[in-house]
Amino acid sequence: MLERLRRQDTRLDDYIDRYAARAHGMTASAIRALFAVANRPEVVSLAGGMPNITDLPLDVVGDALNDLVLHDGRRAMQYGSGQGEPAIREAICEVMRLEDISAHPDDVMVTVGSQQGLDLLTRIFCNPGDVVLCEAPSYVGALGVFRSYQCEVVHVAMDDQGLNPEALTEAIEALRAAGRTVKFFYTIPSYHNPAGVTQPLDRRIELLRIAEQADLLVVEDNPYGLLGFDGDPIPPLRSLNDDHVIYLGSFSKTFAPGFRVGWVLAPHAVREKLVLAQEAATLCPPVFSQYAVTAYLMNHDWRGQIKIFREMYRERRDAMMAGLTSHMPAGTSWTKPEGGFFVWLSLPPGIDSHAMLPRAVTARVAYVPGTAFYADGLGSRHMRLSYCFPTPERIIEGTRRLGEVLEYEARMLEIFGTAVEPESGRLALGPREAPGPDQT
Amino acid sequence: MADNGYLPTVVVLSGGLSHERDVSLRSGRRVSQALRSRGYEVVESDVDTSLLSRLAELSGSVVFPVLHGEAGEDGSLREVFDLLGVPFVGSIGSACRVAFDKSIATTVIGAAGIRTPTQVALPYETFRELGAQVLVRALGDQLGFPMMVKPSRCGSALGCSKVTRPEELPAAMVGAYAYGSVAVIEEFIEGTEVTVAVVDRGRGPIALPAVEIRPESGVYDYTARYTAGATRFLCPAELDPDVANSCADAALRVHGALGLRDLSRTDLILTSDGEPVFLEVNVSPGMTETSAVPLAIETAGWSLGKMCADLVHAASARGGKTDPLRASIGAR
Repeated sequence: MLERLRRQDTRLDDYIDRYAARAHGMTASAIRALFAVANRPEVVSLAGGMPNITDLPLDVVGDALNDLVLHDGRRAMQYGSGQGEPAIREAICEVMRLEDISAHPDDVMVTVGSQQGLDLLTRIFCNPGDVVLCEAPSYVGALGVFRSYQCEVVHVAMDDQGLNPEALTEAIEALRAAGRTVKFFYTIPSYHNPAGVTQPLDRRIELLRIAEQADLLVVEDNPYGLLGFDGDPIPPLRSLNDDHVIYLGSFSKTFAPGFRVGWVLAPHAVREKLVLAQEAATLCPPVFSQYAVTAYLMNHDWRGQIKIFREMYRERRDAMMAGLTSHMPAGTSWTKPEGGFFVWLSLPPGIDSHAMLPRAVTARVAYVPGTAFYADGLGSRHMRLSYCFPTPERIIEGTRRLGEVLEYEARMLEIFGTAVEPESGRLALGPREAPGPDQT
Repeated sequence: MADNGYLPTVVVLSGGLSHERDVSLRSGRRVSQALRSRGYEVVESDVDTSLLSRLAELSGSVVFPVLHGEAGEDGSLREVFDLLGVPFVGSIGSACRVAFDKSIATTVIGAAGIRTPTQVALPYETFRELGAQVLVRALGDQLGFPMMVKPSRCGSALGCSKVTRPEELPAAMVGAYAYGSVAVIEEFIEGTEVTVAVVDRGRGPIALPAVEIRPESGVYDYTARYTAGATRFLCPAELDPDVANSCADAALRVHGALGLRDLSRTDLILTSDGEPVFLEVNVSPGMTETSAVPLAIETAGWSLGKMCADLVHAASARGGKTDPLRASIGAR
């Protein structure tokens, strides 16, 4: 029978020779596949960054949407402006005023989540090979965007107060001396994802001074700014400087991520380009979502809702701190976030968060290995723990399980010595090694 | 039952809690789609605490396990189905238990006269008790480099490493132990990678045409397995007829020696002189868009839907072992 068969010679992808170079890194990842297990209820997932919208009053949202469809449905379900609807742009300015950002609705462009803002900014600014400066570590979704535009990410060191200004200066000087084009510096000053740290005001002022001096554009991503647990928010960079800062905002954490509404606040000339890029990409951001968010803001005490979210996340942060204090072995350290969703855990030397993830999943706890947050393969001695979604009890249980896994890892290390290669040795896979947006 | 035109409901089991959950979900979706195309009513189910009551409600149904990794392939769930009298596609629990463990399966296959790599299976405690340095050196001396390190009970090449230098071995061991408590360390056999599916559609097991695997990266790892385009497959493999026959013969002997049923896939390395060397066998082979078995089925001129339907038919005809227990679960 075998001789009669027609041989198939296939790579199971008829389009394989047609993809652009930027698609070459889009491959399956064993680590990413593990997050499929993390969604099972048996697993305490400290991995994903899904906002917890349990406390959102669905009756209020439901009424607002019902009214919207009945009274304004024909406009809400029509094409709209590429820049975004005027009403929501006014509302966005109102939201930003809470953080002392003064802006005109004309300078705001609505995006499909702030993620699209990042995509469009990279699209209009970056050529393949251009350098984007990022904190070390940085937001995995940003690294994915920069990679897809074939930018080179150069990380700049952080400490427990966020970006290290000296390291930024050195990076700019070294890159320019090497003839490299640095297009912008991407930063999350407040309640950093994944590092969980916040730049104090003096750091922000220093950062802006360096940026002005070096004529460097700063892209400020501020999704968590209103979710601080203690005191007033620290002024965003954009509130301190109009010229060198492009600001990304989002309703995903202060309302709900499913509407996919974010925005960019940019100087006029940049905003003009962004609108053209937006029209090329989507014609217009989703009009219905914009109307829905506007209706929510007009009909609900959204400021009060943010306070409710803040308290809910604070309770979970406290559980995470208590759990880590109780269950982490000696040699482990972690950041103490004053807001946002994330803790950055540093492991004892020789323990590799990337290598131990399968064992953690077997022990029914999940996290994101630090390697996901670096474009250069570093980060294996760290992990991101998220406290936004599980209940406080589950968070504590998760840290207990993690503590046991780390003890096992320490025994392995004792047996096999420093089995893990130095941090520079790993293939850079970064953005492929984080859970998808729908994973808790 | 199906002879009278009656098609039983099929419960396609996929997911589970193993490291291969994602692959299993994809395989399960494909098998479900294939069965629906043949007119079957399919219930896609995960493995969870409501599974048994769900099966009790679906009286007369046949389970099609498309679970990869533990629970799905180690035989435990199948023992439960047997106990409850639920007919299912695939090998029985005791056969799976042997087949799933690479070390035990290799011993059985070696005894059946098929060449296997020289290997040892070691729990990590052995390294602690004897001293890792001494043992690592002994492994290098006895097996030589390169060598393969893999978890004893895992699939999709997870935790597998090719070790070319002694200093790489400790990290490879740690990588394998991340997926299980026992690691297999074996000689690396240079050669052509082929895989052969064996299917029994009710008239005895037959081998499907061998699939030759040529990963673009040179390593058939997780990325090469599940990224469309990352691996070149040739089916039938580019082999002399005698060699192709010896591959088919090896796969059939593996299937028989381990007492497997319905479907299996045997992975082999062909040495330069055309001798097939057994690497491992899968009792629940991957059915994803990038898996080898669906390609072999297509090359053989079958359809995945027809083959799955035939397996369901055979399972339904076999029936469950102890039907009354099924009712008792439903009563609880």
